[in-house]
Amino acid sequence: MSENKQTGSESGGATLTPVLSKRWDQTESWTLDSYVADGGYEQFKAAIKMEPGELTEMVKSAGLRGRGGAGFPTGLKWSFLPPPDGGPRYLVVNADEAEPGTCKDIPLLMADPHLLIEGMAITSYAIGCTHAFIYLRGEVLHVHRRLMQAIADAREAGYLGKDIFGTGFDLEITLHSGAGAYICGEETALLDSLEGRRGQPRLKPPFPAVAGLYARPTVVNNVESIASVPSIVEGGSDWFAAMGTEKSTGYGIFSLSGHVERPGQYEAPLGITLRELLDMAGGIRSGHELKFWTPGGSSTPILTAEHLDVPLDFESMASAGSMLGTRAMQIFDETTCVVRAVSRWTDFYAHESCGKCTPCREGTYWMRLVLRRIEAGGGTEEDLDTLLDMCDNILGRAFCALGDGATSPVTSSIEYFRDEYRAHITEGGCPFDHSKSALFSYTPRTTSQVAGSDQLAGTVGA
Amino acid sequence: MTSPETETAMVTFTIDGIETTVPEGTLVIRAAEQIGIAIPRFCDHPLLEPVGACRQCMVEVATPGPDGSMRPMPKPQTSCTLVATDGMDVKTQHSSEVADKAQHGMIEFLLINHPLDCPTCDKGGECPLQNQAMSNGSATSRFRDQKRTFAKPLAISTQILLDRERCIMCQRCTRFQQEIAGDPFIDLQERGAGQQIGTFNADLLGFEQDAPGTGLREDLTTESALRRTSPGGEPGLPGASDQPVGAAAADISGRPFSSYFSGNTIQICPVGALTSSAYRFRSRPFDLVSSPAIGEHDACGAAIRIDHRAGKVLRRQSGEDAAVNEEWISDKDRFAFPWQRASDRITRPLVRNAETGELEPTTWQEALHVAATGLQQARAAGGVGVLPGGRLTVEDAYGYSKFARVVLGTNDVDFRSRPHSDEEEAFLAHAVAGSGMGVTFTDLEKAPVVLLLGLEPEDEAANIWLRLRKANRRHNLPVYSVGPFESRGLHKLNGQFIAAAPGTEPEVIDAIAAGKQTDNAEGETISQLRELLSQPGAVILAGERLVASPGALSSTYALAQATSAALAWVPRRAGDRGAVEAGLLPQLLPGGRTVADAQARVDAGAVWGVEDLPAEPGRDLNGILQAAADSELGGLLIGGVETADLPNPKAAREAIAATPFVLSLEVRASDVTELADVVLPVAPPSEKQGTYFNWEGRVRGFERALQSNAMSDHRVLNAIADEMDEYLGLPSADIALAELGEFDAWEGERIPAPSAPHGDVPKINAGEAVLATWQQLLDLGRGQDGEPYLAGTQRQPVARISPQTAAAASIIDGALIEIANEHGKITLPVVVTNMPDGVVWVPTRSHGSQVRETLCGDAGSVVQIAAGTAPEAAADQKEVVA
Repeated sequence: MSENKQTGSESGGATLTPVLSKRWDQTESWTLDSYVADGGYEQFKAAIKMEPGELTEMVKSAGLRGRGGAGFPTGLKWSFLPPPDGGPRYLVVNADEAEPGTCKDIPLLMADPHLLIEGMAITSYAIGCTHAFIYLRGEVLHVHRRLMQAIADAREAGYLGKDIFGTGFDLEITLHSGAGAYICGEETALLDSLEGRRGQPRLKPPFPAVAGLYARPTVVNNVESIASVPSIVEGGSDWFAAMGTEKSTGYGIFSLSGHVERPGQYEAPLGITLRELLDMAGGIRSGHELKFWTPGGSSTPILTAEHLDVPLDFESMASAGSMLGTRAMQIFDETTCVVRAVSRWTDFYAHESCGKCTPCREGTYWMRLVLRRIEAGGGTEEDLDTLLDMCDNILGRAFCALGDGATSPVTSSIEYFRDEYRAHITEGGCPFDHSKSALFSYTPRTTSQVAGSDQLAGTVGA
Repeated sequence: MTSPETETAMVTFTIDGIETTVPEGTLVIRAAEQIGIAIPRFCDHPLLEPVGACRQCMVEVATPGPDGSMRPMPKPQTSCTLVATDGMDVKTQHSSEVADKAQHGMIEFLLINHPLDCPTCDKGGECPLQNQAMSNGSATSRFRDQKRTFAKPLAISTQILLDRERCIMCQRCTRFQQEIAGDPFIDLQERGAGQQIGTFNADLLGFEQDAPGTGLREDLTTESALRRTSPGGEPGLPGASDQPVGAAAADISGRPFSSYFSGNTIQICPVGALTSSAYRFRSRPFDLVSSPAIGEHDACGAAIRIDHRAGKVLRRQSGEDAAVNEEWISDKDRFAFPWQRASDRITRPLVRNAETGELEPTTWQEALHVAATGLQQARAAGGVGVLPGGRLTVEDAYGYSKFARVVLGTNDVDFRSRPHSDEEEAFLAHAVAGSGMGVTFTDLEKAPVVLLLGLEPEDEAANIWLRLRKANRRHNLPVYSVGPFESRGLHKLNGQFIAAAPGTEPEVIDAIAAGKQTDNAEGETISQLRELLSQPGAVILAGERLVASPGALSSTYALAQATSAALAWVPRRAGDRGAVEAGLLPQLLPGGRTVADAQARVDAGAVWGVEDLPAEPGRDLNGILQAAADSELGGLLIGGVETADLPNPKAAREAIAATPFVLSLEVRASDVTELADVVLPVAPPSEKQGTYFNWEGRVRGFERALQSNAMSDHRVLNAIADEMDEYLGLPSADIALAELGEFDAWEGERIPAPSAPHGDVPKINAGEAVLATWQQLLDLGRGQDGEPYLAGTQRQPVARISPQTAAAASIIDGALIEIANEHGKITLPVVVTNMPDGVVWVPTRSHGSQVRETLCGDAGSVVQIAAGTAPEAAADQKEVVA
């Protein structure tokens, strides 16, 4: 997934807007030299001559919305910080990319780490932060190494450290690798984890803007949001706002994966449709047709072929009953069993539920068992109603949004594919040949192995 | 906490259509309670910080927008985390379908993995989960799949067992231990449905295998058992070696879990996940009779609840008293009750057979006759000394006081069965007796600064420690403590430690009073303290141990005068303050009256209906025992006194043995009853009505919990007096208390404030050290007998010396040290601690460390120290290993 694919320039489609991915196909794009040769850090030099408040205003009027999934206006988030009181203020970049299907931050960091660092430098200057943090997903050691090198190079070159460009502005960046917990992508759990605690979401208020890292005012932003900042400084807010739709401005990386001819990252203005993206990606793998897809990772309700022309922006996705999320398009063709897919996603949520609150902890455990049973042919019609009712009892009742996310695939799949669930129940098992949906040669596991994996359901630890 | 002086803004909002007004910042769940609306909850606890984990208390909320129209919040909210705001409209399960369904859904979730083993669960019958499953749950479950299982139970310590299957992850226990007790508990582990309150697992967290993380300790005396650093711990944390003697799970720092307050977690657990080893499977809550009572183990007067069945106490719980102990008690107050029905309980009067020399059971009639005759003869032959001890109710104390003066005609009476001095009596008579309620728990909580002198509250007054910690956590109350080392208790109070070797306390206190900079490490702290103590509301707590340092109480009194700080005396025993009020001192009559004052004697005589009272001040305990040893006394009347507590136990036993007639009023067989001529059984606290005055001077009355024939001391004394043809007139506790109440506040002369000179600072030579010591909360005290599970949570007895002292004596950390004088020798593992040089600290009365019994000494004694050789050396101690 972390393969650097820059398909934009290949396709040459008019709708592509390579900004973040502009340098991805350059030779050794990740080095400081190639970054600087391409005008890197010039925006930081320009920004540091501006008033910090001006920068915030610029990002506000550009309409940049958080690229981590929720779409909260980034400039507004910055402006929530209380006035400086002389104490430290922090910028924390959320690079804990763990949403199933999502693969935008990690390729970005591999191909162009200095873009993030420049974005962090500008943002830190804008919010008055002198020590910024990157919380990186723990599994991606290669990205860790690359970022470490980039930070060291930037520091060596005087883009970080004390008295940058002789302006008196100081900035240090600390890179921290998590330990592979999905919950730590939730901003307050991330802060707890960064402080060395068990990563579980915090009670809000106080919000991080008021009492975040080490109980100090903190801005937590996604990698892509911060990496977009230099381009806004360069092109101006009008340039940025001219892209995308009225309320979802700018561009974003759309990650296509699954049953698609040319999976990869496609950078395009928000509001593009999946049909357009699929055209650029060579369509669904040949001989097959689209069955269902996620617009932004598994936590966003699935959509079907009837939604191919819905613009991929925050508002349109909400109207279609889903969410833009992280723009992680997982594409499934007609060979895929939706029950099986949802069951595996639910395994993920049951495994990753942090356990703090009852509905997410117990609900995901229960849903997992019921889905496994349905898939294996042991379900009943009542189970479907129970699943929907469980989701109703989790959605909006959990401590953080992760519980809500766990219900999305279940409720949406039953909405669109109830008959397929019924088929599992009436036919006493899964009617699909899973080898047909595989993208590579597939050796089915024996039944006993599958059953064996179920022992986890009953006994956890001892 | 907002003090009443500050104006609190109020907010008005509605719950289920009922308008209510509460102080700003009030949580919706609290406001609902106040108007009688019960919202089901599990994780919420009014004394713990909100966490919002269980999601049971969901309510539907709408708030007014800027234009005044009501805007419903899109999701139901947890009322335990939601602060009420003006105009808010809250709908609970009573008026909202959404809230009701959310609550039903939550109960269903909580029960899917719950074992539903209520019929065998200790909590069944008093279980919030059970109750709310009945009131807010469904009769049938839709869950058809396999429940998650865990191995169980898990022993957290010898007294607490954890059943992870029943746990609903409310985190009340972990939050209590973190916030209230300050002893980091085992914590949450793993994720999702596999999440558990778990033991510290070195494998899981990837720590070194040899870290002391796996719980069970090897040898008590090995270095590894005393290791003070661990992966999660702070290296060199003072007091970090305060580990339990029994097996315990490792806490979050990897050390064996050790806490004096962990029993509270059993009580606040909203399910049956945490159970008590002692109470497990013993009873059903609905079979128990609950009687309110007062803790008898320290001077805090904590409200407790005695749960008993068929005349037998099965457990004790914390009572609720916001002014005293809130909802928390120490494990000693909770678990240490089996002593009251121990096998050595005296149930019948005993009289010594002159021929065989054995105590033999007899009738009350005969025993009273022998006792009365013996006392009459002794009164005539040199007089009778009265040693009632410090564990009496006020009524009993008053009985002894009146009996000594009216019946025995003596002022030879002293409740202090511990080191004492004339200076102390002057201090008590001048500053404590008859002073009523002084400093209170609430005052401690609101104080701008608290100075502890000769007091280790975690060990000696547990509820004071809890209140200080609360104040420190809530508003950073600065706590200063003058003592020999920075204890773990002080560390948890974020306290400032002021080092004082035993004997130098008066100097240090004088330096504080002078506000002058001393040239030691704490010089600056000391120089600022006078100013801090001069703030209104500042408090000085003087522990009874100050008596060991001559001049310390005088200096303390002078410091309080110089700074206007409020001064409170904190004794160790439940009956001490009451004994002072009842006049159980050689120079003191009830209500702070002085024996030497003629008007005072007239007052007392008027209440007692006698013409004259002995005018000569009597002898104190040491004087009485000396007189007995010198065969000057005809007899002794001894109450609840343990010779091991006395300044010189061996000499005391010899003196008692040398006394012609000894009458003992005791609950259980003791060293004293062994030497007595007549032993009359008296009731333990749960079998009598009575009153304690706690350290605040607060009246803490309690009713008889168990029906029995056992009589209170004052009734036995009343019967003896009758037999002697004297009139005591104290047939009941009510009458005794009412009669004590007839002593009005004393307006006359008091004994002058103490002004004892400083004692000589002990001089030590090479190989010597000055002894520092206090009694730990859990030790060999006989009040903890019969409770092995509690005994397992005692801290390991260790000796403490400074690095320089250790180096000079060639003793390394964790090795054995021998502490000796001409009387005996104590051998303990040593913990090198940051403390004054030339000082050695040991617990006063723990396994292998019985200071008074073995060394006949106390804090301030000079002892020899040397590297210990053989571990068997400890075996010559008189010790009982549980």
